[in-house]
Amino acid sequence: MSKELIRLADISMAYDGEVVLNNINLYINDSEFLTLLGPSGCGKTTTLQIIGGFVKPTAGSVLFDGVRINDIPPHKRQVNTVFQRYALFPHLDVYDNIAFGLRIAKLGEDEIARRVTEMLEVVGMKGFEERKTDSLSGGQQQRIAIARALVNRPKVLLLDEPLGALDLRLRKDMQVELKRIQQQMGITFIFVTHDQEEALTMSDTIVVMDKGEIQQIGTPEDIYNEPKNAFVADFIGESNILDGIMRADRLVEFFGRRFPCVDEGFAKDEAVDVVIRPEDVDIVPADGGHLCGTVTSVTFKGVHYDIIVDFHGFKWLIQTTDYQPVGAVIGIRLNPEDIHIMKRSKYSGMFGDYSSYSAEYDEIGDAALAGESEEQEEGE
Amino acid sequence: MKKASKVVTVLVFVFLYVPMLVLMIGSFNSSSDLVVFKSFTMDNYRALFADGVLLPLLLNSLIISVIASLASTVLGTAATLGIHRMGKRMRRFTMFLTNIPMTNPEIVTGVSLALLFAFAGQLMKIKSILGFWTLLIAHITFNLPYVILSVQPKLTQMDPNLTKAAMDLGCTPVQAFFKVVLHEILPGIISGALMAFTMSLDDFVISYFVYGPNFVTLPVEIYNYTKKPLHPKIYALFTLLFLAILAVMLLMNILQARDTARQRNSRQKARAGQPTV
Repeated sequence: MSKELIRLADISMAYDGEVVLNNINLYINDSEFLTLLGPSGCGKTTTLQIIGGFVKPTAGSVLFDGVRINDIPPHKRQVNTVFQRYALFPHLDVYDNIAFGLRIAKLGEDEIARRVTEMLEVVGMKGFEERKTDSLSGGQQQRIAIARALVNRPKVLLLDEPLGALDLRLRKDMQVELKRIQQQMGITFIFVTHDQEEALTMSDTIVVMDKGEIQQIGTPEDIYNEPKNAFVADFIGESNILDGIMRADRLVEFFGRRFPCVDEGFAKDEAVDVVIRPEDVDIVPADGGHLCGTVTSVTFKGVHYDIIVDFHGFKWLIQTTDYQPVGAVIGIRLNPEDIHIMKRSKYSGMFGDYSSYSAEYDEIGDAALAGESEEQEEGE
Repeated sequence: MKKASKVVTVLVFVFLYVPMLVLMIGSFNSSSDLVVFKSFTMDNYRALFADGVLLPLLLNSLIISVIASLASTVLGTAATLGIHRMGKRMRRFTMFLTNIPMTNPEIVTGVSLALLFAFAGQLMKIKSILGFWTLLIAHITFNLPYVILSVQPKLTQMDPNLTKAAMDLGCTPVQAFFKVVLHEILPGIISGALMAFTMSLDDFVISYFVYGPNFVTLPVEIYNYTKKPLHPKIYALFTLLFLAILAVMLLMNILQARDTARQRNSRQKARAGQPTV
């Protein structure tokens, strides 16, 4: 792709001795849509604030166009931010909000009017100039916040969970809209979210973070198809993660059976994590498959059914469009490309077991809701 | 039960307002005896405005309360900004220290200030240090906590990202304060200033200990009057003072009500995610 614009080199951050970021290394290219993805408390917002200049890292350098900018205050950086809950100025109307940065830069009122109008057009909010910000809906406020940041023609736009407060439908629209705006303006977007679907939809590059460390950097396809460890495999989409042993290149053993796969480069007999995505499993009659199990639960999801299948006491999640009743004995087939092998990590054994399926699903839902409020306090 | 509580409520208001009512009626009474209402008259007000002593004293009181409330508003707002940036524990401790002077008996504050001034006077070899400046310093001192208490909640309610947003758009921290933060906390600043003004205007206890013969405020002088039988023009003066303070309090309440309505509105809209209008 194009040239490198921002580099974080060996960045570490600690608040009151508590490590929030641990040795972050990351480069961001010009006109790239990069997403920092992770659960709340993973350090993604702190990373963004370090780039914005609101937080000074305890160690490491922030480079912008090759120049170290650690000590440059936010108002002198060529980046602008769209904040959580927008942070529009309540005492100003839409026009004055967008014009704010240009007035600080002491541009002429004619130039300001031209650029504000242009920006309102980009975000599709023409005719709202005189409106008070608190008379706008969440989605409209969102657009104004984007316009207020972009009107200053920054090289980089930072977005801190900007869609978190919107309802699902609006969120999907805004995802498409954001991507369009990014391509139209041709600048770098750095986007922070805990929503994996959002990240997959919009990003050129995804940086998966957990506990202050980068877990994986890659394109959405890479991250989804080739997760590096159990955390990434579980956080991005659903995964069945099993203990396996690499018997040879392209040959893995689990459940006492050897399966051909496409991964190589592991040591002979190395213990590995085996990832099988629930949508990749083919269901066949009980006697015709590689493995045979019993359906223990069925949930209708609209497009497909989530079924839980018990194989020798280990429960898998399988997504299928064919209804299977509870108690049915079914067989499954695994093609080599459906099996993904990962090196063992500290996350091994923590994820990917659906034995307590329904409970886990609820927990995930709660965690996502609680995440929003927690994330806000992180920066203080 | 319901009836009883109504009766109690009425009684409370009677006890609260009847004395003021008696005073007001007395101010329009042509008899100098409060018990007998002879006829309606404005003579007492005329006498008040003809009085060459009381009005300059009222002016003194106004000068002190205006300067003291302005100074304490500026200092208090600055202090609140500082307190707001402290860590949680330090902030709680500072707010605790701020609250103590308000619950401290005024007479203790008055005496201790008087002692402090006497001490300072000796150090600086000034014979009669008590006067305008000591009064002003004392008033600013007891006003400060009220300003801090009224500005602080505004600052906590404010979205902390607003300051960041301003800086993100090119403001220096000082510009961010004047262009954004000030607008957000203004209702708190105004109500703090008004509160300080009323506290200052009617303060007697503390002023009594720190005033000097060259600069006397109205409440202090009125106290001296009460040693003799009161002239009805004092009733007129009290009535006017009461009405003035009432007006300030009403203004404060209206401002606060408008502010909370505005906040409730925007919060509801934000939650519903729906545009109005």
